[in-house]
Amino acid sequence: MSQTTPSFTIAGKTYSSRLLVGSGKYRDLEQTRLATEASGADIITVAIRRVNIGQDPNAPSLLEAVPPSRYTILPNSAGCYNAKDAVYTLQLGRELLGGQKLTKLEVLGDEKSLFPNMPETLTAAKILVAEGFDVMVYCSDDPIQAKMLEDIGCVAVMPLASLIGSGMGILNPWNLSLIIERATVPILVDAGVGTASDAAIAMELGCDGVLMNTAIAGAQDPVRMARAMKLAVEAGREAYLAGRMPKKFAGSPSSPMAGRVV
Amino acid sequence: MEISLNGAPHQLGEQLSVAGLVANLNLANQAIAVAVNRSVIARQRWEEYRLQEHDQVDVVRAIGGG
Repeated sequence: MSQTTPSFTIAGKTYSSRLLVGSGKYRDLEQTRLATEASGADIITVAIRRVNIGQDPNAPSLLEAVPPSRYTILPNSAGCYNAKDAVYTLQLGRELLGGQKLTKLEVLGDEKSLFPNMPETLTAAKILVAEGFDVMVYCSDDPIQAKMLEDIGCVAVMPLASLIGSGMGILNPWNLSLIIERATVPILVDAGVGTASDAAIAMELGCDGVLMNTAIAGAQDPVRMARAMKLAVEAGREAYLAGRMPKKFAGSPSSPMAGRVV
Repeated sequence: MEISLNGAPHQLGEQLSVAGLVANLNLANQAIAVAVNRSVIARQRWEEYRLQEHDQVDVVRAIGGG
């Protein structure tokens, strides 16, 4: 745990890092391993996909690079476009991880924008909560629907900052602030972060954490960017807790006027 | 008999349990999950669960994703 940044809790479990990372888009499993380590993240998202029948069963697997003994593995319904498929995928993910309840729900609306399909997301969230899952849910930055997801019983609500994989940063800080003000569960920005300053801004707004994948895996040096994101999330959290100075329209000297030599 | 395995036709020489199928695929000790006709079959039920003609079987694993 960082000395300066207090830990946070999701579904009754405490985590030391407020940075959550995906495991996709890396060059190879070694780069996945190194970048994940450098990020300092405790929670790592994975995709659930069909096994390629006939491939070498002894080929290295993701869970060797990112072992469940060390990390909390978060199965994700990425790639699902309706509630039924998302629930099925996450049921498989739960079984794969020995009955783990913590899961990440994501129901997409279309292939071009990857914007969430909120009616299907709400439907799936209800089913999963009823089945005993602890649901962390990817959603639009609509404060009303974010509150609906919280009321359904999701353990964390994760609005996008901008489109998945776009790296466009925090496009609507005002909506995120509205969501954060009303929330009683952790709010994490999920998707859209492009570089370290974006992560810091999310944390300065009062987000409880940030989830990202492409911002790290798509950097020229993913391991170094993972480290940058770790520092940015910690810096942003500290700045939020410190409380920033008010913005002013006029300049205000830092040095006293009295005692000048001219 | 024929089943559907991960969306493709798959011939079984004999009737198998889920455990038998997984063993035939050399996946017995892998981190996988199995569903038959979209119902997850818990690992402790693999031995007893007998596959039927035309069953749709999904065998999944974790891969990199966001």
